[in-house]
Amino acid sequence: MDRPAPPEPAIDPAALQLDGALQLLAQAGRPVPTGTAADPGWLQAVIDGLVELSSKDPLTGLANRRTFELALARELDRVARNGEPALLLVLDIDHFKSVNDTHGHGVGDLVIQAVARALLDCVRPMDLVARVGGEEFAIILPNCPSPFGETVAERIRRRVEATAVPLGPAGLPASDLHVTVSVGGAFAPQWVRSTPSLWIERADQQLYRAKAHGRNLVRLEPSAISPVSSEERRMLFDHFQAQEHE
Amino acid sequence: MTSTAVAGEARPSRRAHITAITSGKGGVGKTFAAANLAAALARMGQRVLVLDADLGLANLDVVLNLFPKVTLHDVFTGERTLGEAILPAPGGFSVLLAGSGMVEYSRLTPHVREQLQAVIADIGPKYDHVLLDTGAGISDVVLYTVSLADDVLVVATPEPTSLTDAYATIKVLATTQSRRRVRLLVNQAAKPTDGRTVRQQLQAVVDRYVNPTLDGPLRIDLLGAVPSDPSVREAVQKRQLLMVGAPGSPAALGIVEAATRLVSEEQRTS
Repeated sequence: MDRPAPPEPAIDPAALQLDGALQLLAQAGRPVPTGTAADPGWLQAVIDGLVELSSKDPLTGLANRRTFELALARELDRVARNGEPALLLVLDIDHFKSVNDTHGHGVGDLVIQAVARALLDCVRPMDLVARVGGEEFAIILPNCPSPFGETVAERIRRRVEATAVPLGPAGLPASDLHVTVSVGGAFAPQWVRSTPSLWIERADQQLYRAKAHGRNLVRLEPSAISPVSSEERRMLFDHFQAQEHE
Repeated sequence: MTSTAVAGEARPSRRAHITAITSGKGGVGKTFAAANLAAALARMGQRVLVLDADLGLANLDVVLNLFPKVTLHDVFTGERTLGEAILPAPGGFSVLLAGSGMVEYSRLTPHVREQLQAVIADIGPKYDHVLLDTGAGISDVVLYTVSLADDVLVVATPEPTSLTDAYATIKVLATTQSRRRVRLLVNQAAKPTDGRTVRQQLQAVVDRYVNPTLDGPLRIDLLGAVPSDPSVREAVQKRQLLMVGAPGSPAALGIVEAATRLVSEEQRTS
């Protein structure tokens, strides 16, 4: 820290081995940057493409586990600083193994993609939906007041329940496949610096409860009792408003 | 819960008056108040130290535009001495900055407890006033830090969420610590009466819901009100302490008035 940083070595893009990187981008269907390695911005475009590849789940396009964990840590910091309520939901497709066993892994993938779309449909742009495991998803909902938690989670559960995954030829509803999810959730502790693993663990415990109680259910951790009752709150605000209007 | 020093208790030797500065909600100007009160006290000839006790989310260094090489973190790990970590701040007071790397200390472990206690015991005899800039909210570290102080100053703005959180903090302090006096600094006051209004409404709810559960009533004292003032934002943008950049501004005068009250009360009681 005390020493001046050594001068940056100049990068010679032409000397870099980028074949593997370009192949990956092409395979992922990402536009390979045009021009040559000598063009300004070309290397940055390759790096940007790789960053995007390594932050997303290839099957669903959702955030992957790595991105999710980064976002979770960032959200905890925010909640510790500004006290805004934030909800973490963890979801698991019920009886997914039997989908794979009965219909094959190709159908399993279709189901995962359909659930991913359903989840994206029910959240706000600021929320982060991630695929964190085979049939496991997680959603970070910043600034989600605790009375809304149950409503949001229930909406997601019902949305997935109503989603049809077409198996056979189009227009044959009989061949549609339906799946359900179990949902567990916990709010970030406000004003307290917690850890991502602890937050996940608390949400996971609720997911186990939802599974144990029969699946296709939502279970949220009962929120900590506020030291301020609604009567106290009302009295504070009554005074506030009365004096404002004087 | 650690018992707190009782006002009027005989002190073994002359040592600093320790004030913990806290707030329910973050972003109401807690660190702003700590730094500028310190500068105002320093101008009055007081020896002042501000300790950044917001271990996980310290931002006093940013407010003061300081880039410390040695921090409280190095003191906690035993790599540096306390003397090396105490820095002069613009405004004529001393600071002990938490710095980054303190996240591991944002939970109240016995180690953190011992370290905080040792640091505060060490600095006490060298200053007239020690201000502890605690974290927001009512985490166990905040409650512990407050328990080490002679007095607690709650910073709030006349805005419903800030009021609710200030009330929650006062209630928790009253019920978990034997504290019977809390000082209040109303920041971003829109009108001159806001300070008194906010104090009255907090006291009224405390009288109704908290005091009946206590062995003695809790009193909220208004230390001062800092008017809403564009100079505050200008100072922040210039990365300057308000007391240094705009010492004649209405907000700075509000701070000076609060600092004056802090010193005169302290002289009366000691």
